[in-house]
Amino acid sequence: MNRRPLLGQLLRHVVLWLGLVIVLAPFVWMVSTSLKPPNEIFSTQLSLLPHKWFAAENYHKAFTKVPLLRYLLNGVIVTAGIFALQLAVALPCAYALAKLRFRGRDVLFALVLIGLMIPAQAPAIPRYVMLYQLGLLDSYAALILPFAFSAFGIFLMRQFFKTVPDDLMNAARIDGLGEFEILCRIMLPLAMPAMLAFGVISIVTHWNDFFWPLIVIQTGDLATPPLGTLFFRNEEAGSDFGPLMAGTVVITAPLVLLFLAAQRRFIEGVTLSGMKG
Amino acid sequence: MVEGRIAWTLISPAVSLFVVLLAGPTVAVFALSLTDWQLGSATMNFVGIGNYVQLFGDRVFWKSFGNTFVYCFVVVPGSVFLGLGLAMLIEGVGTGRSFYRAAYFLPVTSTLIAMAVVWEFLLHPTVGLVNVVVEQFGMKGGDWLKNPDRALFTLAGIGIWQSVGLNMVLFMAGLKSIPGDLYEAAEIDGASSAWERFRCVTWPMLGPTTLFVTVVSGIRSFQVFDTVEVLTKGGPNKATEVLLYTMYTEAFNFFRTGYGAAITVVFLVVVLALTLLQVRVGEKRTHYG
Repeated sequence: MNRRPLLGQLLRHVVLWLGLVIVLAPFVWMVSTSLKPPNEIFSTQLSLLPHKWFAAENYHKAFTKVPLLRYLLNGVIVTAGIFALQLAVALPCAYALAKLRFRGRDVLFALVLIGLMIPAQAPAIPRYVMLYQLGLLDSYAALILPFAFSAFGIFLMRQFFKTVPDDLMNAARIDGLGEFEILCRIMLPLAMPAMLAFGVISIVTHWNDFFWPLIVIQTGDLATPPLGTLFFRNEEAGSDFGPLMAGTVVITAPLVLLFLAAQRRFIEGVTLSGMKG
Repeated sequence: MVEGRIAWTLISPAVSLFVVLLAGPTVAVFALSLTDWQLGSATMNFVGIGNYVQLFGDRVFWKSFGNTFVYCFVVVPGSVFLGLGLAMLIEGVGTGRSFYRAAYFLPVTSTLIAMAVVWEFLLHPTVGLVNVVVEQFGMKGGDWLKNPDRALFTLAGIGIWQSVGLNMVLFMAGLKSIPGDLYEAAEIDGASSAWERFRCVTWPMLGPTTLFVTVVSGIRSFQVFDTVEVLTKGGPNKATEVLLYTMYTEAFNFFRTGYGAAITVVFLVVVLALTLLQVRVGEKRTHYG
């Protein structure tokens, strides 16, 4: 379309900006409130910037009242742990499903597809019982281990490995490389983009996951960012909004910054997982 | 066969974890739903369909089931049509396309629990931004989360806010695949207004995408839990009790494991039905490109 009537264009931008005001209001107001002193927060006069800057006090209180950095660190440990495990399990399996011939391959791939359909909350009760019996509740293991198997990761990587030409592997085999070396030295470097897409999905999913940490974690020190936010909110009893909003700024910042830094990958990755439901 | 042996070595970790972490537990949920077991209790009796009989006779369960569907019937059309509208608006602008796309997508990736706490503040009856703005227009805001007639729709509004960006991106991909000459052809055939071009070209060509986005939104919104736990705890007076929340309280607050498992089975059956629909829709989508 190269004819763009000026008025139509203008109208589009106006509508889109009005929509943005609504969609982004929570983010803007969160940041704005985190900078204000209580009397300005409780005033009904609308102003984006504070008259009296109170950022230092609010953020200081947020960091001292609850271990915010600890929550973020837990988030990093848990998401990194989950993703590393998922890769270690999914890559060899995906490679075998895509490139090797063996009995039972089609059945296994069908099982992966079935695994894709099961929502994460369905196996929650038996998983909880297992962890309970192993004495592993309320630990990093409880947060990480249940997600070691990712049907989506296997599916995504298998689809990718399918696109790698067989000649490449055959040449490597003639050079005397074993299957394991082919996987590590040839396939992995090629698979970087697919692994990144999987990484985005895995990290966004588990950084934001609330259902599972809520069930298995009791101790404040082990809280992931979403669970920590809830602890903080309950501690505040919903009145000291300045520090609370400062806390939510800190909790949401890592993913938002990551998103802004790698928008395209994020949107592609999350869209891919949206396909999966 | 050497290749077979190597292959099984490569897949055995995945297969064992699949059994232990996914297949086993999912089958176990069905088995547990046929017992009266409570976590920590020494006895476990087979009660057949007893839990289901109790469930289907329980008013709270039906309330919860109904609420979940009401929530879906608000969030799905809301986020699908707004997503489509945004996608079409953004596809048509000359400049700023990737800026708008990223900005509208922001709520999809941000931590929902933290944003729920922000929404709680925004919806505060007296000092919250929403009511302050509403009152500037001379209307009364009222209580968004404690009013039983309104709470579920407030949560649905947050649900739409959070998911519209994802639908928008899915629709943008769908719009890209419509060949431009179709619009020219429609124009030659007399579809002169934007509405007619939409009706004759965009809407029918997007059909498969729309169906697909609708089902995916349905699956996602059927799993609503986070905002309920943070903002309303199923209240006031069960007005926002939804299926996963009922399952969570029965299984993990009251530790009525068998009963919770029965609710999980109901949840799983609905999600699987929607997913099978999605697979069929997805097949159609690939045929049409």
